[in-house]
Amino acid sequence: MRCNCYIPSGCAISGMMSESGERMDGNAIIRSIALMHDRSNGLGGGFAAYGIYPRRADQYAFHMMFDNMEAKEKCEEYFNGTFDVVLDEKIPTRPGAVFEEDTSGRYPEYGTQPIINPPILWRYFIDVPEDKTKFISEREYVVENVMDINSNVDGAFVASSGKNMGAFKGVGYPEDIGVFYKLDEYKAYIWTSHGRFPTNTPGWWGGAHPFCLLDWSIVHNGEISSYGINKRYLEPFGYKLELRTDTEVVAYLFDLLVRRHKLPIELAVKALAAPFWKDIDKMPENERKIITAIRQVYGGGLLNGPFSIILGHSRGMVGFNDRIKLRPMTCARKDDMLYMASEESAIREIAPDLDEVWSPRAGTAIVGEMNGEVEA
Amino acid sequence: MSSQIPPEFTVIIDYDRCRRCRRCVMNCSFGCMQFKDKVVPEHKKCVACHRCVTYCPESAITIKKNELAYKENANWTPEMRQNILKQAETGGILLSGMGNPRPQQILWDHMLIDACQVTNPSIDPLREPMELRTYLGRKPNHLDFTRGENGDIELGTTLQPQVKLDVPIVFAAMSYGAVSLNAHKALAMAAKKSGTLMNTGEGGLHTDLYPYASNITVQVASGRFGVHSEYLNTSATVEIKIGQGAKPGIGGHLPGEKVGDEISRTRMIPVGTDALSPAPHHDIYSIEDLSQLIYAIKEATDYTKPVGVKISAVHNVAAIASGIVRAGADIVTIDGFRGGTGAAPMVIRDNVGIPIELALAAVDQRLRDEGIRNNTSILCAGSIRNSGDVAKAIALGADAVVIGTAALIAMGCRVCQKCYTGNCAWGIATQKPELVRRLDPQLGAERLSNLLTGWSHELQEILGSLGVNSIESLRGSRERLRGIDLDEQTLNLLGIKPAGIGQ
Ligand code: SF4
Ligand code: SF4
Repeated sequence: MRCNCYIPSGCAISGMMSESGERMDGNAIIRSIALMHDRSNGLGGGFAAYGIYPRRADQYAFHMMFDNMEAKEKCEEYFNGTFDVVLDEKIPTRPGAVFEEDTSGRYPEYGTQPIINPPILWRYFIDVPEDKTKFISEREYVVENVMDINSNVDGAFVASSGKNMGAFKGVGYPEDIGVFYKLDEYKAYIWTSHGRFPTNTPGWWGGAHPFCLLDWSIVHNGEISSYGINKRYLEPFGYKLELRTDTEVVAYLFDLLVRRHKLPIELAVKALAAPFWKDIDKMPENERKIITAIRQVYGGGLLNGPFSIILGHSRGMVGFNDRIKLRPMTCARKDDMLYMASEESAIREIAPDLDEVWSPRAGTAIVGEMNGEVEA
Repeated sequence: MSSQIPPEFTVIIDYDRCRRCRRCVMNCSFGCMQFKDKVVPEHKKCVACHRCVTYCPESAITIKKNELAYKENANWTPEMRQNILKQAETGGILLSGMGNPRPQQILWDHMLIDACQVTNPSIDPLREPMELRTYLGRKPNHLDFTRGENGDIELGTTLQPQVKLDVPIVFAAMSYGAVSLNAHKALAMAAKKSGTLMNTGEGGLHTDLYPYASNITVQVASGRFGVHSEYLNTSATVEIKIGQGAKPGIGGHLPGEKVGDEISRTRMIPVGTDALSPAPHHDIYSIEDLSQLIYAIKEATDYTKPVGVKISAVHNVAAIASGIVRAGADIVTIDGFRGGTGAAPMVIRDNVGIPIELALAAVDQRLRDEGIRNNTSILCAGSIRNSGDVAKAIALGADAVVIGTAALIAMGCRVCQKCYTGNCAWGIATQKPELVRRLDPQLGAERLSNLLTGWSHELQEILGSLGVNSIESLRGSRERLRGIDLDEQTLNLLGIKPAGIGQ
């Protein structure tokens, strides 16, 4: 079922975050992405949600996709020697769901494509046995095993692997996917979403966005023209890029730069969407020194091509564009809420009355940070 | 013994047009043209350097291949037989100048570059910035940051020295001795003008070039000619030359007749003595010896300059390069089997080494597999002929490329392959004052800079069509290359897919 071809795509993205940590159900994000229906073509949609498993916040929540029962059994065998599975259950769904009045109440004409033929969707709440982390950190251990499952366990795919978060994605229009996964029943302090317009038929649920690793999630509108070198840059660090979606490089680059190399997120964004040399040369000395070094050392991580990206992680949300802003992105604030979307209308749809609306400059990160604790 | 070798070329003078100005006679440095109430060429001496053809005011001269000098035979080609005749007459080793001219497959011509359509827009280099800036030098695998007292983020890592190139193209090592001082001056001036580097080769640095220090790579080769502390420090980078693509494993020989006053002073050898570069460095018999020399040079330059090592592309080049990086080299230059030379035994030039395309692909991949690719810069040398070659080399993984022959051609060289004779009619590969004078350094520099400017614009067009606006996004991005007419093994070695396969 996995499609081994790489699929260029156009897209819609939307994200919302409560910086005070207040949790909201999924209806708003579904309505926001539904408004940009025409930016997708029904071949992929998905959501990332943070704060959805408060009672299991200490465990890694693995959202799994299996092609068949055999793959599920093989994967569970794999888990057996690797993790302590505390709880596993079917991910609740509404098969054949469409986005319509009784779930959203506004645009019945949009929900046109019932979600059918899903893979087996199962979630596992996982602890890492202590004896496994003598030589590597717990998160490193999880990353290695996620990589291993995705490349070596046939028919099994890890859709997300973070704590207190999850990815809900599949083939279909995003608003229908949202209804299918019953997102109206989850509460999260960060929601991101993605509607896909691939120029090729993927037929594979794992290929939809968001792309997740640990608590990183990426939704991405655009194409990474530098994919070839980004992939070769990441490989020596142990990342296996086998999903053939350019979005995975973004997730891995953040994992490498922020988690492993401990760069502040703003500087990681400077590496991935670097300022131009002509501007760097005019910067004050300290800044010039820092950015010059970043470009010298992290040149292989520079993302090139048209993109707007929303990165989610457990403490916040970051939006940024490519170096010359070839894809749209609008941001807005209202009280403690931060919104980002491909179109302003997608924000106005769910928050008509805003304090501030702006289009961030090319290559500039818009950073949303938790200032409170997550509401339980 | 009188020579039986038939002339290679026939020089035809159109006497109806000739106005007997004798310019051709004065210009021919090979003594081919004589004046006996009219111009009479001695065909045997013609090397087809085209000096006379270029300067004849009446366009009265045509040079043709001496077609039936040898009866046709696809196996015993004229070249084979000429070489045998030469050796039968002299008993010597055949020498030649310039790179391997044989028709082995040129892999650059079997690679094609991608471009954007619809899903990712191409970028117009005339409207948007398009960056070619490249830094040579060892980079760490990651950076550390600290917070200063005022809360500002500060860089915690001290980077090793980095040398900035405005274009990812540097000039190849060509020694003063092999080429003229005017050629050296032209290269240095052009390097400065275009924001890149020239390379002294192994013959030292003439004091006239000291002002160009920040655009000069000084070389330390097995003969150690002209190497002293001031020399090492009058540079942007230092290069240890282990091998040269045209003659891997072979030393060099500058005949005493070329060692005049200036060369004697620059090379620090007596006037008129032969300058012999041994095949190996006699203090480098292993990788640990190389490491000692690298660090000796780093000490001598106070760790202010990247120290590179140049090797020729031989079978085991990837493992050798890896050793060199671990030995401390900040730059590795790989010179392919088509690389040029002032003089090399023909049998070595034409039969030893491997194509640079394969060597480069192997080295870049090996260094990545070992997680040390960031620790060095790779320079790719050995017949880079145009900006397409440059783009392909960078996509295979080079940080920058090295041009020697292309630079000489820009200065006037006609690739006549007679560099070892000292008679270069274009004032390049000669020390004869009357010939050296023919090359105006200022003009040469302008032509060289023009070439780099032209290639830079073309590289920017290529980047734009690829939808990227910085050379880093092409560097090592083999995904943007496809092969045509290549077998599977070669495609695998190059790390590229065949044309027709999408992403
Ligand atoms: S340079 Fe031309 S015109 Fe002058 S003598 Fe030679 S052939 Fe005749
Ligand atoms: S440098 Fe001079 S001698 Fe050598 S090939 Fe070029 S023109 Fe001929």
